[in-house]
Amino acid sequence: MADKPRSFQEIILRLQTYWAAKGCAILQPYDMEVGAGTFHPATTLRALGSKPWAAAYVQPSRRPTDGRYGENPNRLQHYYQYQVLIKPSPPDLQDLYLGSLDAIGIDASMHDIRFVEDDWESPTLGAWGLGWEVWCDGMEVSQFTYFQQVGGHDCKPVSGELTYGLERLAMYVLGVDHVMEMPFNDPQTPIPLTYGDIFKQTEQEYSRWNFDVADTEVLLQHFVDAEAECQRILDAPAEDPKTGSKIIMAHPAYDQCIKASHVFNLLDARGVISVTERQAYIGRVRALAKACADAFVQTEAGGAAA
Amino acid sequence: MPDLLIELFSEEIPARMQARAADDLRKLVTDGLVEAGLTYAGAAAFSTPRRLTLSIDGLTAESQAVREERKGPKVGAPDKAIEGFLRGAGVAREDLEVRDDKKGQVYFAIIEKPGRMAADIIAEVLEKVIRNFPWPKSMRWGDGPLKWVRPLHSILCILSDEAGTEVVPLDVDGIVSGNTTQGHRFLAPDTFTVVNFDDYEAKLKRANVVLRADERAEAIWHDATHQAFAMGLEVVEDRGLLTEVAGLVEWPVVLLGQIDDAFLGLPPEVLQTSMKEHQKFFSVRNNVTGRIERFVTVANMETADTGATILAGNQKVLSARLADAKFFWENDLRVAKAGMQPWLDSLANVTFHNKLGSQKERIERIAALAREIAPSVGADPDLAEQAARIAKADLSSEMVYEFPELQGLMGRYYAAEAGLDAQIAAVCEEHYSPLGPSDDVPTAPVSVAVALADKIDTLTGFWAIDEKPTGSKDPFALRRAALGVIRLVLENDFRLELTGNLIKQITIIELSETVGRLQLTAKELRDALQTADVGLDPDKVVKDFILRRLGKERDAIDVNSLTTGAKSVNLLSFFHDRLKVFLRDKGIRHDIIDACIAMPGNDDLTLLVKRAEALAATLATDDGENLIQGFKRANNILTQAEEKDGVEYSYGADIKFAEDAAEKALFAALDAANAKITPAMEAQDFSTAMHAMAALRAPIDAFFTDVQVNADSALLRRNRLNLLSRIRNICLSVADLTKIDG
Repeated sequence: MADKPRSFQEIILRLQTYWAAKGCAILQPYDMEVGAGTFHPATTLRALGSKPWAAAYVQPSRRPTDGRYGENPNRLQHYYQYQVLIKPSPPDLQDLYLGSLDAIGIDASMHDIRFVEDDWESPTLGAWGLGWEVWCDGMEVSQFTYFQQVGGHDCKPVSGELTYGLERLAMYVLGVDHVMEMPFNDPQTPIPLTYGDIFKQTEQEYSRWNFDVADTEVLLQHFVDAEAECQRILDAPAEDPKTGSKIIMAHPAYDQCIKASHVFNLLDARGVISVTERQAYIGRVRALAKACADAFVQTEAGGAAA
Repeated sequence: MPDLLIELFSEEIPARMQARAADDLRKLVTDGLVEAGLTYAGAAAFSTPRRLTLSIDGLTAESQAVREERKGPKVGAPDKAIEGFLRGAGVAREDLEVRDDKKGQVYFAIIEKPGRMAADIIAEVLEKVIRNFPWPKSMRWGDGPLKWVRPLHSILCILSDEAGTEVVPLDVDGIVSGNTTQGHRFLAPDTFTVVNFDDYEAKLKRANVVLRADERAEAIWHDATHQAFAMGLEVVEDRGLLTEVAGLVEWPVVLLGQIDDAFLGLPPEVLQTSMKEHQKFFSVRNNVTGRIERFVTVANMETADTGATILAGNQKVLSARLADAKFFWENDLRVAKAGMQPWLDSLANVTFHNKLGSQKERIERIAALAREIAPSVGADPDLAEQAARIAKADLSSEMVYEFPELQGLMGRYYAAEAGLDAQIAAVCEEHYSPLGPSDDVPTAPVSVAVALADKIDTLTGFWAIDEKPTGSKDPFALRRAALGVIRLVLENDFRLELTGNLIKQITIIELSETVGRLQLTAKELRDALQTADVGLDPDKVVKDFILRRLGKERDAIDVNSLTTGAKSVNLLSFFHDRLKVFLRDKGIRHDIIDACIAMPGNDDLTLLVKRAEALAATLATDDGENLIQGFKRANNILTQAEEKDGVEYSYGADIKFAEDAAEKALFAALDAANAKITPAMEAQDFSTAMHAMAALRAPIDAFFTDVQVNADSALLRRNRLNLLSRIRNICLSVADLTKIDG
């Protein structure tokens, strides 16, 4: 049993070390605004096709509607997820997961750890899976999902996905009641920084922008542009006239899908999307995600013959 | 006689699926075994979060050999026929026997099915059951094709008797059966071997697994109530939650926790809902104060600190949840105390249905209708209208947004906080009722008025836009709404003529875009339809009426496209269908209801049911039952004669042409019956009327015994036919007896 970590970053580092030791490629965050770690192409696209895959990474995630100007003890418009994706899902994935809790100082013999039914569905990604939310003493600390479908494609083999909500998990492990008071680096260092030192101001700035200032006309145009560009990229012929090779541009197209999805979230936070329109927008993003998935499975990484 | 033990060990099975899955396992396996020729003495199935277990005792060790003879084609039949027979019987040509039959020589196949060992049969049946298990939702994992509710890890399958235990060999996509299992995930994770069911259950208990769900539930309830009792408190009973929680743990450990004082001011229902929905906690009530003061959580773990860490964690999570709830409550109270106007305004932005407008528009319609219905149910119209306007305000509140199941109840709290009349506050909660067939029906007049208006508006709305329930599809719960109207009216014994209200609401919805607010009253509409010629197209009546009432909007409306009348007729018959189901459960036959539906005034459900009840009571008597025969005989003779003669015998029977005593007696009896029935029907005293009608049985029977209707004398015949028509008219004035079966 590992000793208690002392900071937010130590928990992240321990998870990185743990999953590296278990054979995962430790990737870096995707360099775009996403709503959850699942959007990273290392999950969405790599869950497709037959090629084995094992990756872990931190993903900064944005949910504009959750902004609370840094006042709420655990609600943030920008937060971190830790994401693990292994394909095919290994038979001991539950044990591997419990090992990761041990690595960050959660002693299973002192806590009540439970796997409680939670079917996962992402309407925007056309994806669903079955699994659980993992409870530790009544608190949800992770999502555990066996992917069944992504972008409308059956996952064969099935990927096992683990998602840790890092702030909430760390607050629990560190015994902190307000996220802004959580030590980000080691409190014993000469320059100790709390989560609030780093993010309080940005939460205020983004909350204001998300809710009241973001230009909805511009955003609406961004959505339309991203949608059109995604489609245009996918419509390009597979053979690249310059190199003469087959280059299907699944990833650049998927970037536009991610962009459209985030713009939709911003519009939602601005309150300009009505209930009926909501469904239509989600359907449009899903159509992009499906088209990207269709393209990815035609590529080598997607399992197609070279 | 060996015993069979099967355990399917997997990752955590959703609590809600466990009991059903255990039952399916028992049924599917025992059915399969029996079909393959085995018998057994008893079978029982069990479930925990990680296992489905089936124990079958007294299983036969092998199936019996079966010998079957099958007769085939004649000798010399075409080869094709013989080959087909061989394929069907599964035998070779040289195995056929030739026997003499009446018509010559015929082939016979002798099919010998040897007995099979139980183990072979079990392996075959179990594999098939696993591969085709009826989980509500199942999944694949890893790179295999197998589907299970969550990854399946091991199969224990053993046959045991006095001589010992054998593993039934089985391999399902690499999962090989064995005689081992494991205990609690954290407390006793080691693998152990099992020799039979008793051994299995005992070893599991030693390994911190209680196999039986009811035993876990009982232990939870016992410990929870005892711990609460020791503090002078009481656990709020919740069977559903108890079953669910018993499905979340293999080794229940009950912990009694505290709710921070800061949250004790929240309504008890809010505490209860938040704790149950989010945390699966039981509420613990102080019966002196009536408040929820503590909670019970059930862990799946025993710890060195006897649960202190677990409880502290749970309390922390609860405090965060309740802090949210308190935040919502306090925000809501501010709006409520200021009169709730912002909530009412924002309902304009909430779409009820894209063809039926916003919640606010819907509330306007309900308020107007509640006002109109109010006098019929003894409510004050002003109060009913006011209550209807407030009743759904809480849909905009933060608390209801977070906990939709608290709609109505929160409305009651907020209306009270707003200082509104207690009757109005009650309407907020009660106007949704009754929700199901066993739900209580409100009795307060104002609540009834709004509840009726709410449901009638829902029904007429979806009828107006042609979104009726079809088959099993009823996404807007319209059957439930219609049953709600029926129960509200009948159980309160109110008189409400539906037709006018239905037409009015449908018209308002259909014309809402062009005409704005139509000044129609339900009574006017109903009267218009009633006074119109019988058999006239209801659409035309309604159209004419609406046209007369329209002003300059008349040109803007394509009146011919309106099908208001037809829709209201269709909706009324939907009510009648629901009423039939409702009354069938109360033991009234459908033909009796049909006989009453065919009568005027059938949109007054209370009247309709009183008539049906009286008719059912009458038909249950000897006289009543025989009267039907007499009536039908009279009606048949009359109908035939009318067809043959091309005239209607409806008037003019005269006693002076009566020859026979029985004939004269019938005249007298009809006069007497008429004298009783007419005033009774006017007073809607169906019982008296039907009693008088049933009394006609003897004179009618005597008449048919003694008198020849089709007499030689045309005068006599006509007089007798006219007499029969008196029978028909009297009977049909009570109910349409032609609809009665038999």
